[in-house]
Amino acid sequence: MVQTRRDVLRAGGGASVLALLAAVGLVMPGAALAADWNKRAFEGKTLSDAFKGLGAGVPANSADIIMRAPDIAENGAVVPIGIESKIPGTESIALLIEKNPNPLAAAFDIPAGTETMVSMRVKMGETSSVYALVKANGKYYVAKKEIKVTLGGCGA
Amino acid sequence: MADPMRIRAVSKDGVVNVKMLMSHEMETGLRKDSSGKPVPAHFIQSVSVTWQGKVVLSAQWGPAVSKNPFLEFNFKGGKKGDKVEVTWTDNKGEKRTDEATIN
Repeated sequence: MVQTRRDVLRAGGGASVLALLAAVGLVMPGAALAADWNKRAFEGKTLSDAFKGLGAGVPANSADIIMRAPDIAENGAVVPIGIESKIPGTESIALLIEKNPNPLAAAFDIPAGTETMVSMRVKMGETSSVYALVKANGKYYVAKKEIKVTLGGCGA
Repeated sequence: MADPMRIRAVSKDGVVNVKMLMSHEMETGLRKDSSGKPVPAHFIQSVSVTWQGKVVLSAQWGPAVSKNPFLEFNFKGGKKGDKVEVTWTDNKGEKRTDEATIN
């Protein structure tokens, strides 16, 4: 059998597309549906993985980020957390929970005209440090708070 | 199709306070059902809020956001009677859009 270059390419290309589809399908069906979802950051298993995925590297500590959250959360399935950034030029705010299986919980883009403050409710598996990461003028800043969890939110 | 969101938008001194409650399981993919099989992940991945065609907030979420997510924020410029539109998309590609009138 004479194999032309074209045949080889076709066969190789077809196989790799199939492999790719299988991999995507197995790992996470629908990953292609939300194309802008930052898979790398959200699936990072450690705080530094998540920071890297967000492009934050090692953020600087800041006292101008205010986190409104309880010191003790009785129900880890519903922990109310508010983050406000007083850093001028804040572009985005992210919330990370260090001891959750995937620390990154949420990331918000804040366009001009929107106040640099968000409130939400998140799940916490256990007592953990919670980080508010803020991007302002291309630089990253972080604030940290420890929240004690009486009842974990993962089996709930 | 998921249930409608509850959205409240209130204007005060030129700032609109938006509160919303979405109806979604926010399944992490880490839980097991009674027979020990893992429950597949099903959670909202992106949320976008627009006012007069302009995005006033966009978010990416992971499964750590609580079931039936709550979100609150403020933006400037909206007037009473304007509409605020919220759209979410989950990891299965389901989408829902609801709107509210600013009070």
